[in-house]
Amino acid sequence: MLRSCAGLVALSTLLLSGAAIAQEKIRVGVTATLEGTYTVLGEDGIRGHQTAINTLGKKVGDKEIEFIVASTDATPDSAVRAVRKLIEQDKVQILLSPLSGDEGIAVKNFAKTRPELTFVNAASGAQETTYVDPAPNFFRYNMDGAQWQVGLGKYAYETKGYRKIATVGEDYSFIYTQVFGLVLEFCGAGGQVTNRQWVPLGTKDFASVIAALPDDVDAIYLGLGGADAVNFLNQYQQAGGKAHLMGGSIMVDQTILSAKGSAKNALLGTIAASGQADTWEDPGWQKFVKAYQDAFPPNKRFPSPSLLATNYYNSTSALILALRQVNGDLSNNQAKLKEALAKLELDAPNGKIKLDSNRQAIGTNFVTEVVDDGKGALFSKVVKVIPNVNQTLGYDPAVFSKIGLPSRTVPECKKY
Amino acid sequence: MTRFIERHPAWALIALVAVALLLWLILAVWPPGLEEAIGRKRVFLNAVLNGITLGSLYFLVASGFTLIFGLMRNVNLAHGSLYLFGGYIGYAISAWTGSWILGFIIAFIAVALVGIALQIIVFRRMEGEDLRQTMVTIGLSIVFADLMLWAFGGDFYQIQTPSWLVGPIELPLVTAVKSSGEAVYLRYPLVRLVIFVAAVVIGIVMWLALNRTRVGMMVRAGVDDRDMLAATGVPIQLVFVAVFALGAGLAGIAGVVGGTFQSLSPGEDTRFLLASLVVVIVGGMGSIPGAALGAVIIGLAEQLGSVYIPTYAIVVTFLIMVLVLALRPQGLLARR
Repeated sequence: MLRSCAGLVALSTLLLSGAAIAQEKIRVGVTATLEGTYTVLGEDGIRGHQTAINTLGKKVGDKEIEFIVASTDATPDSAVRAVRKLIEQDKVQILLSPLSGDEGIAVKNFAKTRPELTFVNAASGAQETTYVDPAPNFFRYNMDGAQWQVGLGKYAYETKGYRKIATVGEDYSFIYTQVFGLVLEFCGAGGQVTNRQWVPLGTKDFASVIAALPDDVDAIYLGLGGADAVNFLNQYQQAGGKAHLMGGSIMVDQTILSAKGSAKNALLGTIAASGQADTWEDPGWQKFVKAYQDAFPPNKRFPSPSLLATNYYNSTSALILALRQVNGDLSNNQAKLKEALAKLELDAPNGKIKLDSNRQAIGTNFVTEVVDDGKGALFSKVVKVIPNVNQTLGYDPAVFSKIGLPSRTVPECKKY
Repeated sequence: MTRFIERHPAWALIALVAVALLLWLILAVWPPGLEEAIGRKRVFLNAVLNGITLGSLYFLVASGFTLIFGLMRNVNLAHGSLYLFGGYIGYAISAWTGSWILGFIIAFIAVALVGIALQIIVFRRMEGEDLRQTMVTIGLSIVFADLMLWAFGGDFYQIQTPSWLVGPIELPLVTAVKSSGEAVYLRYPLVRLVIFVAAVVIGIVMWLALNRTRVGMMVRAGVDDRDMLAATGVPIQLVFVAVFALGAGLAGIAGVVGGTFQSLSPGEDTRFLLASLVVVIVGGMGSIPGAALGAVIIGLAEQLGSVYIPTYAIVVTFLIMVLVLALRPQGLLARR
């Protein structure tokens, strides 16, 4: 009996694999930060990716897309290693990668060595990735860190009346880009940024950083994410910190707002800007939130999708839609797919997205404030929506190029 | 102490001057010139206190590690996993019962039991085979890390500080004098001070237990010569199990401490394993006072580094390790 059962199983496996060979597959490699400081961000990214698959399905004509996920830890070498592994061992034809800023720059550079393949950026947001020497086969459907800060500087200066601020940020490209966007607008409006502190990604003990925060400022801007942000807030609460806070796009985000413990309450009333706002009433956004909530049980997801989930949802959707436009045709070094991706206008849940000549997204940005929903859960409430934000942030490209690339000290605090 | 002064008068003088300078920096009101040169006194004092309190956390982890190594010559590379496991247990218990203290007790017991199981089931089978034991602990740490990821997910957990420990208190250390002549005192998180005091108490109790009790005598004898101790009729396996349980339990307590003033997440296990390795290499493998000294040095280096040379803060720790390895490879306070 047992033997015949085993025989049946073996036979059916054989038959199934035979069927799989008959149907041609399009292999897509996905990377996310499923290790290290940004684990929670990577996990929610994958949830957004899964939500897109649930909504659109995996079929492209008579072919089926097969997604293979690899893990990284937010360092550039881990991203390149994962991408290489996906291409060389798993034989993927298309990459949906990566999540984090430094990873993005490294994968873009790697993309140039494999011009025949197509790379769709999953969520990374360093400016350099698409602004400096962009790779022709690298497409980014999310805005960069500076675009995600548009509106925040003016709102802080004009509505909140902040005149002097200090910043604390993780020491890498995405946060440089975020601070770049903030400083440009805040100083342009007449504000002053007196102090910029940079901490290594993965810092656990912020007590000394907190002690070194200046007292004579109106607000402190926090450009932290993942475990770093949670640790900072926890220790900030213990040190009895009371300053007004401003948040970057991954600081005021469900990855932090729904962390366990009470430290996150320090964020109540914090103003921030990002490519999305949790409580936006737009029907497209609400539909996406519903799809995300329906896809996972409440204890396996956040109350509302994080920025990472939205980015992965958008990049996955863009790829599936473009593949359908060309009916899965990957011949001639995927030329048709690349053309379709460049022209694609995505009706994304967080506003319409189209690509510029560097294949970088032009999209909608949101200024938000953190509110309590009355049951102890925190959400970002939209206070301002800014459509059509491009990579040069509305500056003339010639002027913009003179500002320099985002770094620890660039831009200077002045009007450009 | 007096022997040291007799043998190295120059070094003793330098050390004395350094201590005096440090005391002056901590106690005196800084003249304006100094504030301009290296920043406000509040920042410096905070960095020093943070370094010492962080050092006390490192001490809790590293003392268990060094104790196990000292007696059994077992480099337990799964020590970080014990730390993280203790933290998760502490979180679960304190979230369930609302008692922070109970979290410590249960975490200590649970992790000590894991330690006992490890010693009896795994390490006793390969006694004296250092390399094999080390390889097995690496394997175990990977298995534990995945099991914990499976059970607790990739989320960050923070253990709720009890309400009577939240917030800062004023310390009798003057940071500045206002123009009105009123002194400004340092405000410092209470929970970190409590943890520091607890670590000192644990350290002293451990030292007393090792140096003033019969069991401690057996352990010390075992560190020097295991075989002779066994030959005198001491139940050596029992001593091994007890020491392993204590070392593991301390890591569990450290996990609860770490979960309270930092956070728990996958990856913390390797971070604390690395920290305790660096601490015991600097302090001297197998020495409890060495672990205390190494922990304070590494804690201070991390915190002062993150304030005064933020870009190179990570390097400082390893620079210290390299220096110690080059000049005194057995560690600062090792006996041999």
